Amino acid sequence: MNVSPATSVALAPHSRWTHHRTVGFGYLAISAVAVGVGTVLSLLMRLHLSWPAWSLPLHGPILPEEYLGLVTMHGTLMLFFVLTVAPQSGFGNLILPAQIGARHMAFPRLNAASMWLTGLALLVLLTAFFVPGGSPISGWTAYPPLSATALAGPGQGEGMDVWLAAIALFSVASTLGAINTLTTIVKLRGEGMSWPRLPLTVWGWFTAALLSVLAFSVLLAALAMLFCDRHLQSSFFVPGGDLVNGVLLQHRGDGSPLLWLHLFWFFGHPEVYIAILPGMGLTSMVLANFAHRRVFAYRLMIATTLLIGLLGILVWGHHMFVAGLNPFAGSAFALSSMAIALPASAKVLSWLATIWRSRPQLTTPMLFALGFVSLFITGGLTGPILAQPILDEYLHNTFFVVAHFHLIMAMAGVFGLFCATYYWFPLLFGKMLSERLGKLHFWGTILGAYATFLPMHLTGLAGEPRQYAQLTGVPGPAGQLLQTTLPLQNHITYGALFLACAQLPFFLNLVLTLRSRLRASQNPWSATTMEWAPQAADELATHRDPCHYAEDGVLFLGQWEPDATSELPPE
Amino acid sequence: MHLTQAIVTGQSFWHLPVDASRHGPALDAHLLLNLWIALSLLALAHLILLAGLAFRRRASRPVHTLLLEYIPLAALTLLFAFLAARAQQLWAAQRYTGASPAAMQVEVTGMQFAWYFRYPGADAAFGETRPSLVAPGEGNPLGLDQTDRHSGDDLVTSQLVLPAGREVDLALRSQDVIHGFAVPEMRLKQNAVPGQTAHIHFTPTQPGSYAILCTQLCGLGHYRMQATMQVLPPAEFDAWLQAQEAAASKRGQP
Repeated sequence: MNVSPATSVALAPHSRWTHHRTVGFGYLAISAVAVGVGTVLSLLMRLHLSWPAWSLPLHGPILPEEYLGLVTMHGTLMLFFVLTVAPQSGFGNLILPAQIGARHMAFPRLNAASMWLTGLALLVLLTAFFVPGGSPISGWTAYPPLSATALAGPGQGEGMDVWLAAIALFSVASTLGAINTLTTIVKLRGEGMSWPRLPLTVWGWFTAALLSVLAFSVLLAALAMLFCDRHLQSSFFVPGGDLVNGVLLQHRGDGSPLLWLHLFWFFGHPEVYIAILPGMGLTSMVLANFAHRRVFAYRLMIATTLLIGLLGILVWGHHMFVAGLNPFAGSAFALSSMAIALPASAKVLSWLATIWRSRPQLTTPMLFALGFVSLFITGGLTGPILAQPILDEYLHNTFFVVAHFHLIMAMAGVFGLFCATYYWFPLLFGKMLSERLGKLHFWGTILGAYATFLPMHLTGLAGEPRQYAQLTGVPGPAGQLLQTTLPLQNHITYGALFLACAQLPFFLNLVLTLRSRLRASQNPWSATTMEWAPQAADELATHRDPCHYAEDGVLFLGQWEPDATSELPPE
Repeated sequence: MHLTQAIVTGQSFWHLPVDASRHGPALDAHLLLNLWIALSLLALAHLILLAGLAFRRRASRPVHTLLLEYIPLAALTLLFAFLAARAQQLWAAQRYTGASPAAMQVEVTGMQFAWYFRYPGADAAFGETRPSLVAPGEGNPLGLDQTDRHSGDDLVTSQLVLPAGREVDLALRSQDVIHGFAVPEMRLKQNAVPGQTAHIHFTPTQPGSYAILCTQLCGLGHYRMQATMQVLPPAEFDAWLQAQEAAASKRGQP
């Protein structure tokens, strides 16, 4: 484990195992496993959709229930174990303490325990492939009664129990992790690190942690209720007289499946902001770093981060416009969902203004930050469309929605992660990733991302529903409707394969760089935030806001430098 | 006429299927407006992004937050408010009130992995159904209670046959798990949730065969849970209904 002198083990009162960098790398390792498996699953889905007769070597053709198992596991792995874990817990632990001038996280043992619990959750989840009946088939949203009884289909017995256990473990770990993050930011900020001086990355982690505490505790309660419905014949979500697979369910009482939808999306929508807020914060800081400017309207950026968090807990009903909600509730949720477009637009405007005529250095982390902005705009613009209930009447659960959230959450989230990796690699490993391979990686990835997900808007507009195990061989007008999407299906599959291959330069880059002996300079990006300070943390104090660059764009002052050494005019 | 042409062009550019319901054209016009606006904003934002990168460096001037942030934001607010207001009009027109009392009543029941449709018959009332009576093998997939006086003339079909030009009130139910009742060509979608009945009303305008899809993941057969909606000219529909009812009553009298 590489530990920089700035946060050396000797200075920290805690052992190597509870060191925040160890924990951070542990979280990243968990995400790496999850993203690897999740990507393979998505490629299998694409191959099956394009060539339904294709036989998976050592397995055989992919059956409909296996396809839905792929859907469920892909979503669960990516949402929970990649997009929640890597930006918030992984990079949060690696960078956050140094960025606020602290030496460690508030509760190191709790921190390590959360990481191991998350790892255990991943292990438990992966066993779902091997239990009798296979992995669950009810998607990452697990709507009951499909998820409430083993009678509803293969994978809904032991597979679903395993899923519940894994996500419950994950919820506990995430709640603990979020409490740790919040406490660290509130209590351990170093001397001079006032709230307005916090980098926007920290504001992203802070808001995401606030949301995590709220969202995951509600999810945990919902999971417990679903467990009771499955094994104790309670009726939170199972209506009276429900007849599944020819068997009349004997539950006490008359519950409502809609209650699960409310509880799940009360978690699920904040969850997508948990996934993206750290990336937004990092993008803001990296754009300013390479543009050698302040972030445009810095205070407003802090406000919009918090506002997105606040509105994020008020919009869950937009997942339920056609689910059986009162139509007046549909109108109310449409309003709150439209409202969230405004702080999001304000962020985009700030990003555009920050880089406007700045002639930034187009380094690899900068390219990924720009890619984040591009994907956030492209995926974001379909948000207000889907926030209109009358349009959901047509678009709900079509591939248009799949395109929307893969661009704005999955791809933007991944671009945030790559930006973080290239940007902080010299800090974490003392070496620079190759710029040449990095740029190849960027161009391949952005091209592949757009080639894969843009055409999904069109197949969705043509009417293609999500989670269909097969698009061919369907009789009647439905078959004809699905048939019209087939040419684009193959294009999407080739795009996805290309996107996966575009990651090869990244792995090559990692291997070559870690083997090379070339050392990076101490602050190779001319960054101004505290994690790049040359001194050890206990000799540090924060003296100013981040992103203090001279007019000529060359000279800069780190947050750690006292004014005495300043060649720049004071702020 | 000009607008209609624009909509037809837009429908084919954006891959939309045929639009065969009375509320469809207004929905399509609004959807296409949204899509064109999104595409324009996408192009504009990327143009600004690329131009900002391409132009030579200028020292950052005293910041005009008002100009660069609040004025565009106000414009976007107006735009989103306009779109939301128009969407709200359409939503209210379709959802805030029920069907007219003269609308034709049809009940739709989803179950793994089929749709069944029930017409109330001459008494205009649906008979009782009981889960314990469900017996698909014996021709009673809905569990119709034959002792109920409203049950006798109920007609159960596996195809949704409707007359063109008459409003229909669909009562959506599910026997087991949540299903999604969707007819893309009618621009119609509503979940069928077990334990509750959802109503949705619309008017098909053009005769033809249309796809009914399940759009809520409901189990391993989700992808093949489809049915056909057959829209007939009114006279043909009446003939079809009479023939079906005659056949049903013949089966009912041993």
